[in-house]
Amino acid sequence: MLYRENGQFKSTYRADQQIFPILQDRIGILALLVVAFVLVPMVVSDYWLRAILTPFLILSLAALGLNILVGYCGQISLGTGAFMAVGAYAAYNFHVRIPGMPLIASLLLGGLCATGVGVLFGIPSLRIKGLYLAVATLAAQFFADWAFLRINWFTNNSASGSVSVAGLNVLGIPIETAIEKYVLCLAFVVVFALLAKNLVRSAIGREWMAMRDMDVAAAVIGIRPVYAKLTAFAVSSFIVGVAGALWGFIHLGAWEPAAFNIDRSFQLLFMVIIGGLGSIMGCFFGAAFIVLLPLAINQLPAWLGLSISTALASHMEYMIFGALIVFFLIVEPHGLARLWSTGKEKLRLWPFPH
Amino acid sequence: MKLKSIALALAAVSALVGAAPAMAQAKEQFFPLLVYRTGPYAPNGTPWANGKQDYIKLVNAQGGINGVKIAYEECETGYATDKGVECYERLKGKGATLIDPQATGITFALTDKAPADKIPLLTLGYGLAASQDGSAFKWNFPLMGSYWTAADILIQHIAKKEGGIDKLKGKKIALVYHDSPFGKEPIPLLQERARLSGFELSLIPVTAPGVEQKSAWLQVRQQRPDYVLLWGWGVMNSTALKEAVATGYPREKMYGVWWAGAEPDVKDVGANAKGYNALALNTSGTQPKVIQDILKQVHEKGQGTGPKEEVGSVLYTRGVIIQMLGVEAVKRAQERFGKGKVMTGEQVRWGLENLALDQKKLDALGFSGVLRPISTSCQDHMGSSWARVYTWDGSQWGGMSDWYQADEQIIKPMVKASADKYVADKKLTRRDATDCGA
Repeated sequence: MLYRENGQFKSTYRADQQIFPILQDRIGILALLVVAFVLVPMVVSDYWLRAILTPFLILSLAALGLNILVGYCGQISLGTGAFMAVGAYAAYNFHVRIPGMPLIASLLLGGLCATGVGVLFGIPSLRIKGLYLAVATLAAQFFADWAFLRINWFTNNSASGSVSVAGLNVLGIPIETAIEKYVLCLAFVVVFALLAKNLVRSAIGREWMAMRDMDVAAAVIGIRPVYAKLTAFAVSSFIVGVAGALWGFIHLGAWEPAAFNIDRSFQLLFMVIIGGLGSIMGCFFGAAFIVLLPLAINQLPAWLGLSISTALASHMEYMIFGALIVFFLIVEPHGLARLWSTGKEKLRLWPFPH
Repeated sequence: MKLKSIALALAAVSALVGAAPAMAQAKEQFFPLLVYRTGPYAPNGTPWANGKQDYIKLVNAQGGINGVKIAYEECETGYATDKGVECYERLKGKGATLIDPQATGITFALTDKAPADKIPLLTLGYGLAASQDGSAFKWNFPLMGSYWTAADILIQHIAKKEGGIDKLKGKKIALVYHDSPFGKEPIPLLQERARLSGFELSLIPVTAPGVEQKSAWLQVRQQRPDYVLLWGWGVMNSTALKEAVATGYPREKMYGVWWAGAEPDVKDVGANAKGYNALALNTSGTQPKVIQDILKQVHEKGQGTGPKEEVGSVLYTRGVIIQMLGVEAVKRAQERFGKGKVMTGEQVRWGLENLALDQKKLDALGFSGVLRPISTSCQDHMGSSWARVYTWDGSQWGGMSDWYQADEQIIKPMVKASADKYVADKKLTRRDATDCGA
């Protein structure tokens, strides 16, 4: 009905190559941004901002980073938690060791350090592929766990190994209230999502996809595997590193290496797989599925007025959540993003979808 | 169509947001309960949580706090920091009185959030050691002990066994610890003690959650320390004891922190754990009057939270104590801010800071013999640093030692230095005298 592209003619290549070639999509995204930046902070409660939306945004960002590596370049990684940890601890060190370091600069430098580590652990990808690579990146995970637990320098010699940050501000504006934190994360996510979207549509993004689909063929047509794979590792771990820094600085405030353990890596990989490999939109769906759904299931009995024991609610959460993962993977193995695009296709043909 | 779906989603979200609060009622004191009844720490977390809840039920059955009934809601953290933060955010909006995070990691994360939200943190026997300094940590209350007092008391006990603190010279003491902030907290104190008494301290970390400890105990076997201090929680404790049995390390030479000295830690190992010692922050058993009251007024009415057999166990009793201290803080606050009123977090904080539980009061509450009197002040947020050591005889904890008090001479300067560092790092200022008086 409304979602039609009739009458929208592209007369230039530019118009044809837009991220959102259909007018309704542009309006939709614009409206979404207005809602996210203006309406949500106005109407949503503190709890939602702090405990649900901020972590959702940060993990979406991390999933975005991982999706570039796994979804676009086809390199399975189980080291996401490690790259997040590197980002967080590096940003922490910049923050506490250099007086007057601006917050944004610390976060981005944290991301840069993660890039370095990511490229380093990406080198084996030149020789090993698929599941074997996943095992190799697992090494990154264990290494990071070890390093941040054992090497006191990284934690500024904190006796307990837990680090914390306080008094954050961006250009003199303190980042303390839930709204400020949410808006900061949202800004990061929007900028990085735009960057990532453009990157995957560019020459380098196509190299990644060629690498993913068949690396031998890609090499034959002149794509350098070293360059393609390592750039994917670099970009991916940069975004993941920034997400890690945000997770520590903005969401937790005080953290220990356990915040970035192997479970985090798996969680992010599931997000990417369930959301949709090779889709920017999918990262948000995946993060929403993994972050919001367990919380909803957990609180559902309370909303319905049922009183069940905390342990049972917690077990139910795992069971229902597990069942839903299986259900969605059976219904749509290509992830929620594919469901979304199928839905859009059908809408365009509405009322006679086929 | 797309706009419509967005609008629908928005409507749904706002409906949820509207529905979420509106639980706590006006005339009720709300206690948020952060618990973990699942995961590797559940065997220890569950009796603790049950103790807290049963005591609330007991207070309610007896008419509440000067007529104010207690409302509560549990939230499962699974001992994970991020989940704990989520629970905190979820429950704080309902008028939180105080929070007992039940985990050191969560305490660290909440220490920065609590002052802004004006919610006191009650971390009995755990949390941040430096936070006993109330002039730097206004909202933290590590009542009855921290990891530093615990480590200090263990060293005192070992020294006594050896026949004097000077006899420790040249001895080898190993710390087998949970590799997390919880396990690492005692290290600075032990290093200080080692420097003073000349014993050799070796640090043996165990990766959380501690189900795999072969390499740690291989190190113990190679180093043959004279004593092993066990700083574990949850499954780590029983695993450590099993490994000690397998390695042949004498259990008599093992000393656990008060979080490694409860029934779930030794039950699985049973007779093999005979001789294992641990710190006792409180007694166990069903003799105390308060436990009898809970059995009569809560459990016999079919309202018990957990199984009846668990009532009176070490961690259960600790849960009861923690909840009692919370309730007493509310009572104390009511004395100042109005009897029979619901207290805010800020008022409860004053109550926690001005706790004065002498023996008479403890007896009246039914806690005779369970714990020592506690009195807090603006400077001292711990109130009491006494503890004892007891031994597992194969079927129960017994052989209670004398009371020990942590050595002020050692702990005070360390707390001060560490609190100073915290204040400087966070660019805060210490509370001045007027703030203390208020």
